[in-house]
Amino acid sequence: MPPTRSTPAVPRTRPARPARSTVRRPARLAGRRPARLPVSRVRRQLPTSPWLFAAPGLLVTGVFILYPFLSTVANAFTDRRTLVPGRFVGLANFRELLHDDMFWIALRNSVLYIAGVVPALVILPLLLALLVRKNIPGIAFFRSAFYTPVVASIVVVGLIWVWLLDERGLVNALLQTVGLDRVGFLSDQWLLLISAMTVTVWKGLGYYMIVYLAALANVPRELHEAAAVDGAGAVRRFLTVTVPAVRSTMVLVAALSSVAAFKVFSEVYLMAGPSGGPAGEDTTLVMLVQRTGTGLSGRVGYASALSLVVFVVTVVLMLLVLRADRKEES
Amino acid sequence: MSTAGTPAAQPPAAQPPAAQPSAARPPAARTRRSRLTDENGRRVPVWELVLRYALLLAVLALTVGPFLWQLSTSLKGPTEDIFSSPPKFLPGHPTLHNYERVADTIPVWDYALNSLKVAAANVVTNCVGSALAGYALARLRYRGRGATTLVFVLAMLVPAEGIIIAQFTTMRELGLNNTLVGVVLPGAVAALNVLLMRNAFRNLPYEVEEAAYVDGANVWQRFWRIALPSVRGTLAVVAIFAFMGAWDDFLWPLIVLSDPSRFTLTIGLNYLHGTFAGDERLVAAGTVIAVAPLIALFACLQRFFFRGVGEGAVKG
Repeated sequence: MPPTRSTPAVPRTRPARPARSTVRRPARLAGRRPARLPVSRVRRQLPTSPWLFAAPGLLVTGVFILYPFLSTVANAFTDRRTLVPGRFVGLANFRELLHDDMFWIALRNSVLYIAGVVPALVILPLLLALLVRKNIPGIAFFRSAFYTPVVASIVVVGLIWVWLLDERGLVNALLQTVGLDRVGFLSDQWLLLISAMTVTVWKGLGYYMIVYLAALANVPRELHEAAAVDGAGAVRRFLTVTVPAVRSTMVLVAALSSVAAFKVFSEVYLMAGPSGGPAGEDTTLVMLVQRTGTGLSGRVGYASALSLVVFVVTVVLMLLVLRADRKEES
Repeated sequence: MSTAGTPAAQPPAAQPPAAQPSAARPPAARTRRSRLTDENGRRVPVWELVLRYALLLAVLALTVGPFLWQLSTSLKGPTEDIFSSPPKFLPGHPTLHNYERVADTIPVWDYALNSLKVAAANVVTNCVGSALAGYALARLRYRGRGATTLVFVLAMLVPAEGIIIAQFTTMRELGLNNTLVGVVLPGAVAALNVLLMRNAFRNLPYEVEEAAYVDGANVWQRFWRIALPSVRGTLAVVAIFAFMGAWDDFLWPLIVLSDPSRFTLTIGLNYLHGTFAGDERLVAAGTVIAVAPLIALFACLQRFFFRGVGEGAVKG
């Protein structure tokens, strides 16, 4: 674009250090007073309202995230069903929750899932990151290969493991080869849950490995060297140098993985089946939400109450982890 | 302080724990035997190398092995025993028969096309929507900008699983349940992507846009010609994760799609598994079809995947 005639709004020559004032002016002009834009030739002048820029994102977010959130809160106090508009029933849904055995089973499983998955996902990827950190030949291949499970769909991963852990699958064939008994990984209530946790950890390893790699790159090398010169062994250096240096990343990983673990759905759904394993004993909270609230006879009101529990626990988890972080720091 | 990098071939144990503070030299300093040095320029002892590779190979077997086993199963013919113990890792007579059969059983290529449509739409809407909104948040000053930012931050904090029933009823109200449009819409402009783009735009120097403004460029021109080309890297990350997220998504399509002719690949696989659970070769072929495109995509565009994880983690 050729330079335009000078307009009163914009100084031709900038002051020495424009800092913020000049920086703000163009945009504000563009946004709020398009008439004073220095575009002299108004060929294909498009509307310039900032709201137009934000509109698509705001529309989608408003209609499909915020409105559903508000209606979840509202529905939780009604007896709405998929095809029947609900009436206000006060706290009836929450009272029912307290006496619903399936709710307690689901809550137990989701909490157990956190307990089983989070420690593994905080520690194992860190060890893996240390293993792939050193630049030895072929290491880029290993890093990528370890990331492959992250890229695969959870459905693919779930079905692969269903076949691996099958009564006649690879794992049992190997167990039998070395003279052990076959194990019903997918038929026992607890083994099923543990198998699903294993799959979650297996799929998450590569992701958190990369997160840790980024964090490890920021650990000052001098610390390691000093410790090595002082005669600290590898384990000692790991505990006294590496762990403190990546501690905040460990907290972040704990937060991310515990929230994800609490909301687990796909792994358990695929491995235990839609009904949640023997007698539904492997149902998780999100599975219960899905089972209760969908379909033509879905109990939207009750499922919304369950959803609120998911939401509240998620927020509390985040706050707990962040608070633990702050406490340790001080 | 250090003898690292010297060609002497003495046993590593004889060396003092040496280090060069600033030497980030390339590791490929090997000549005959193990002449590898680590990032400090220190020699890596042979036993450590052996141990490292042994561990790497063990982890490799654990992470990639299951995929290969699935591939192997999918290539085994109907007469071959897939349950043998000890297991046979390689198919005796590799055949594509199972891939033909899976296409006869479920319309797997239609499902793949549906997945592709959903993923492509998700890429376009996320790139366009988050770039526009991110630019508004980063560069345009207007009344309500703070509120707009807050909307996206709040939206990012709402767990998708917690509102999925209400999203489903919203879709029903709009008459979009059981359509591919309905599958795309809730994630069409993810709040996280908007905030990622906002940060990318904010990190650009103001001066160039200012100069363009002085030259008379309007806001669209500054966005399209100057700002957007400078954030291509972040845009690529948004695109790749939008594609992967849509291709891999399971819970939401499972809820919103009920007509088998409109299934995406993940829902189709779940259906295949539920209906033909006994036929492991068939399910294996289906999963290979579903995962192969993404592994190919990942192999080509790795650095963006890794960068996306890094950025997401920092911002998360």
